[in-house]
Amino acid sequence: MAPTVDLEARFLAYVAAENKVEPKHWMPDAYRKTLVRQISQHAHSEVVGMLPEANWITRAPSLRAKLILLAKVQDEGGHGLYLYSAAETLGTSRDQMIDDLLAGKAKYSSIFNYPTLTWADMGAVGWLVDGAAIQNQVMLCRTSYGPYSRAMVRICKEESFHQRQGYEIMMHLARGTQEQKAMAQDALNRWWWPSLMMFGPSDDQSPNSAQSMAWRIKRKSNDDLRQEFIDKTVPQAEFIGLSIPDPDLKWNEERGHYDFGAIDWSEFFAVVAGNGPCNTERLEARRKAHAEGAWVREAASAYAAKQSARRPAAGLPAKPHAA
Amino acid sequence: MKWDTCDPSVQYLLHLGDDALVLGHRLSEWCGHGPILEEDIALSNLALDLVGLARQYYQLAAQRISGGCTEDHLAYWRSDREFLNHVLVEQPNGDFADTMARQFFFDAFHVLQLDALQHSSDAELAAIARKALKEATYHAQHSADWVVRLGDGTEESHRRMSAALARHLPFVEELFTAAAVDRVAFERGWGPDVASLRASWLELVGEVVAKAALSLPVVAPKLLRGKQGIHSESLGFLLAEMQSLPRAYPDATW
Repeated sequence: MAPTVDLEARFLAYVAAENKVEPKHWMPDAYRKTLVRQISQHAHSEVVGMLPEANWITRAPSLRAKLILLAKVQDEGGHGLYLYSAAETLGTSRDQMIDDLLAGKAKYSSIFNYPTLTWADMGAVGWLVDGAAIQNQVMLCRTSYGPYSRAMVRICKEESFHQRQGYEIMMHLARGTQEQKAMAQDALNRWWWPSLMMFGPSDDQSPNSAQSMAWRIKRKSNDDLRQEFIDKTVPQAEFIGLSIPDPDLKWNEERGHYDFGAIDWSEFFAVVAGNGPCNTERLEARRKAHAEGAWVREAASAYAAKQSARRPAAGLPAKPHAA
Repeated sequence: MKWDTCDPSVQYLLHLGDDALVLGHRLSEWCGHGPILEEDIALSNLALDLVGLARQYYQLAAQRISGGCTEDHLAYWRSDREFLNHVLVEQPNGDFADTMARQFFFDAFHVLQLDALQHSSDAELAAIARKALKEATYHAQHSADWVVRLGDGTEESHRRMSAALARHLPFVEELFTAAAVDRVAFERGWGPDVASLRASWLELVGEVVAKAALSLPVVAPKLLRGKQGIHSESLGFLLAEMQSLPRAYPDATW
């Protein structure tokens, strides 16, 4: 047992000194498991997260808006790819991760279990949901696992563009007709609290936080990230003349932060447990695409196998001499 | 449409733009639902290129219409009877083989069409075509690769690809049958004689189909008049969805 203890102590010291862990390095099993869980959840969130926004691609109200939204949802698919690849470096295959998602064993961000009901939701999702995600992802650019950290650097660049486009939609609606302004306010009312829940329960309720901090996977507490997000977002709402749906929200001069009302965690846990408005639809949509794509994936593999059988093996002459 | 114009090039630009928009829209319906993540992203790429191309045609048409007309007026405020796309491109996505058959047939045509349009006597149109040809060439490679992969993949994929080619082939003749809009374009030197593209199309398509161990059945062409604004029933639904927001809030800008 002694050597393991020694390795674990050395590992902790290694990450504490801000060194990156790479795929071939020794790492504690629990660190590996935590990362596979976290990175695959993150990948699933990107892919499931395509659905609520894809819901409006065919109804985008201008050709420019259609292109921007389509490009954004496509980026999310790309983020899913980088993240599945990062998770694969830890020894779990993408097929396995996808099977776990479709079997309901793996989680994805609960925010995507809310419906996108109006065009303003494209603004609110970009501004608030991507905004909350960025808060977390900027921190993850410095996470201890090298492949995850490098994927996050790339993703953050694109996410900040997503957030700006969301805010641009909100700003445009807020300055539009009465109906458009009402649409924007309604979207903010519906997405505000679920966005705050994206950071997860308070730190004293969050079982994995302390260990993740020690491993330098996570670098800030859920509550700190949430506070940063609120402090940044409230002035943005004020700037475009929308009201945050929280009567207890007020600037606290002494703390230098906004105070805000109590979050209804019973809603969060209900959605995590599978009872959000769209949990069933989201998973069904992924299962349907996967099942209907099965014959395509099989055909592609069969064709690739035939092609490599037809090709002469590398290094051999194209027409081997007769024996 | 309230944007009447006496510039005859506008109809031709709308015809070109409508093909790109309607097919791009159909492809965008796959986003989030593709058979594999890489292909989901690829289908969105095709959609982005095509909707982007539609914008260029519409912007040019809008300039020539003038009076404050914009690309969005042309996309969102014309009825299905005013859309001049080929009936092929509005066909529903079906399964992945259907989408690829529709794409493969259109891409082969599109490459030939754009190749001719780069030499258009309309310099602005020629400039659009030169840029789009690069994209369309890539699209044609992508769809041909899938036709081969599916044709020469498994028994099921062969059966599906074969059925999809047979289902879409009757729509192809319209591509090579000149309507008034094509005749005017050809007479003015803006675009090709579409009938003259048929032989090269057959050659391009035939080569890929043979490589895929598939064949093109002999089919009777459908009687189609998309270029005169007479479409299949599916276009009305596509436009109803696409145009719903601007029409529900006519005073709003987006």
